[in-house]
Amino acid sequence: MPIVLGYVPIGFAYGVLAGKSGLSEANTLLMSLIVFAGSAQFIAVGLFASGTGPAAVILTTFVVNLRHMLMAASLAPYLKGWKKRYLAFFSYELTDETFALHSSAAGKLHECRLEAISLNITAQFSWVVGTVLGIIASGLIGDIKPLGLDYALAAMFIGLLVGQCESPVRVITAIFSGVIATLLYLAGWHQFHIIVATVVGATLGLGVELWIKR
Amino acid sequence: MDQTLIFWTIVGMAVVTYLPRLLPTLFLSGRTLRPLIASWLRLVPPAVLAAMLIPSLLVREDSVDLGFDNLFFWAALVAFSVAWKWNSLFATVVVGMGLVALGRYFGLGM
Repeated sequence: MPIVLGYVPIGFAYGVLAGKSGLSEANTLLMSLIVFAGSAQFIAVGLFASGTGPAAVILTTFVVNLRHMLMAASLAPYLKGWKKRYLAFFSYELTDETFALHSSAAGKLHECRLEAISLNITAQFSWVVGTVLGIIASGLIGDIKPLGLDYALAAMFIGLLVGQCESPVRVITAIFSGVIATLLYLAGWHQFHIIVATVVGATLGLGVELWIKR
Repeated sequence: MDQTLIFWTIVGMAVVTYLPRLLPTLFLSGRTLRPLIASWLRLVPPAVLAAMLIPSLLVREDSVDLGFDNLFFWAALVAFSVAWKWNSLFATVVVGMGLVALGRYFGLGM
């Protein structure tokens, strides 16, 4: 239930922004249906608006979403005994948000296939509902800034990050990664900073964990 | 850009988004990873979320800005405490967006 409520305003913000950036209603909805990746959709809308070409948009999407590979790999050991078609469907709807929820209950994933898949479907359904509401509202809203809609994604990341920080090592990992990403971004890396900071941050965090255990 | 071209770009985005999500689950499901790799992967979620979030809060026009006009940063401090206290995604998103909207209403920030 919390994910449903959390998704609607963000999908709404995406729908409004896409409408304002000149995407057709069909294309706006299509992206929520077949890409289903919150941050990448926001970034793509910005790129479309600035007239970036298809190849650059696709490459950026790939880089920004490469983190899902690490997320999928971290859930994979818990997906024991799942049939290939369920895995294929489960992976399709694996996003930052659904991943955060699954990983907090990862131990139960192999026996709760139905719950896991229904959680994914509910999440995408509310994302699509939010998108549709946003598309409708896009014509009525003159400017998104007075509503704070451009803050939706950051606020959601804050909620998810706090949910992930259940031990000191995780907090330290997040700080490492956040600082590195900021430094790389300042150095002019505006796409690869996420994946590089994630890998380096998690590695440093692991070093701290091993050092504490010694 | 032409809507047909946008359509095909979105199809391309779907492919490059789906494959990295799919391949690890297909090839690693049920395998027991080496403990060190498993520990590393457990740290990926906080790392990736922080990597996406922190630059967007701190950086304004290519430099770190913690002044009062950086609403995103100040709203984040409150949003973090809301998330911490109530553990609710919805409350965090609504409070965060509400504060940014309120700040702008009073003429702060961008």
